[in-house]
Amino acid sequence: MTQVTMTVNGKAASGDVPGETLLSDFLREHLRLTGTHVGCDTSQCGACVVLVDGKAVKSCTALAASLDGAEVTTVEGLANGELHPMQVAFNDNHGLQCGFCTPGMIISGIDMVNRYKAEGRELTEEAIRHELEGNICRCTGYHNIVRSIKDAAASM
Amino acid sequence: MYAVNYHKPASIEDAVAAIGGADEAKILAGGQTLLPTMKQHLAAPSDVVDIRGIGGMTDIAVRGDTVTIGAAATHAAVAGSNEVGSICPALAALAAGIGDPAVRHMGTIGGSIANNDPAADYPAGLLGLGATIVTNQREIAADDFFTGMFSTALEDGEIITAVSVSKPDRAGYAKFRNPASRYAMVGVFVAKTGNGVRVAVTGAGEDGVFRHAGLEAALAGNWSPDAVDAVEMSADGLMSDIHASADYRAHLIKVMAKRAVAAAG
Repeated sequence: MTQVTMTVNGKAASGDVPGETLLSDFLREHLRLTGTHVGCDTSQCGACVVLVDGKAVKSCTALAASLDGAEVTTVEGLANGELHPMQVAFNDNHGLQCGFCTPGMIISGIDMVNRYKAEGRELTEEAIRHELEGNICRCTGYHNIVRSIKDAAASM
Repeated sequence: MYAVNYHKPASIEDAVAAIGGADEAKILAGGQTLLPTMKQHLAAPSDVVDIRGIGGMTDIAVRGDTVTIGAAATHAAVAGSNEVGSICPALAALAAGIGDPAVRHMGTIGGSIANNDPAADYPAGLLGLGATIVTNQREIAADDFFTGMFSTALEDGEIITAVSVSKPDRAGYAKFRNPASRYAMVGVFVAKTGNGVRVAVTGAGEDGVFRHAGLEAALAGNWSPDAVDAVEMSADGLMSDIHASADYRAHLIKVMAKRAVAAAG
């Protein structure tokens, strides 16, 4: 067992976890933050993407024990009194169908907007489609997801 | 995933001790291959030894015409590194094309080459550039490091600490992605260096990454995409699987070689 302390959505969270505990399990089972979804559990679908120290990471492919001291943001931690601009954009553009992939799409969207802004690059529609390579929507609702991210990029 | 003991040593000495004290240890660098493999029970180590807590493991530094990249530097860090870009933009571009953005935030150069997946990108880049792999015990030339599919010259308890790459005159990389997995079905890295032309091919060989003597000779005589046309391309020793036949991969090697030379300029 390894003692882990992280900051999750701005609050200290700790637990004694077995070595094999995945970050996704720590978030969902220990902290009951079930907004982070586990779709494929093989690192492909991206429903489990969360921000770790500000960067998008597949939480099903990271050990909780390795992230002692990390700052983690899940979809539950985005709204601060009001919805995050990315959440608003997904709402406005109907950027979802069944909604299962949405937590990962929103986090990946925020990650790509942040990176492109920091590097001074334009986040074009083509770039968004490439950046979403690691996020799969089984409803194939990509058009509105791409529109949502483009919309949010203008207001973030 | 089976139960596993997790270690995060702060020094190479402690890492070596943790590996030595375990029934069967695996080194964890980014985990983007190891953890999925453990979930599928294709690997079942008793212990994982995370090297990301060791000082200097993520450093990237330029000295003269050589860039040294720490083994735990992530693909995103290499892709965005001004130091790597100043020595070999093609290597930075290669890193920017591995996996997807979230995988690039975790996956590392040391982890990739230690695993030596036959379809991974970095083995082609490092073999093509004639890189040096630095471990806690020695320095290994890339030509001696990649010894076959999923196998390397690393001994038990040997830990990659860094990779050094010297500035090529020109270099380029092109890959044809498997449409589903996005791994390279064929990837070709070309480099023109002070020691001659080097061409490394990934995704195609039954024994993993390899250099192609015919392409090297042709490009040494004439550094242009057209020079590739006359090269005889044998399908011997190339993989055939549900994704592509050996003949198809042989054809792709020529097409990717041309694109890589064109990208190198």
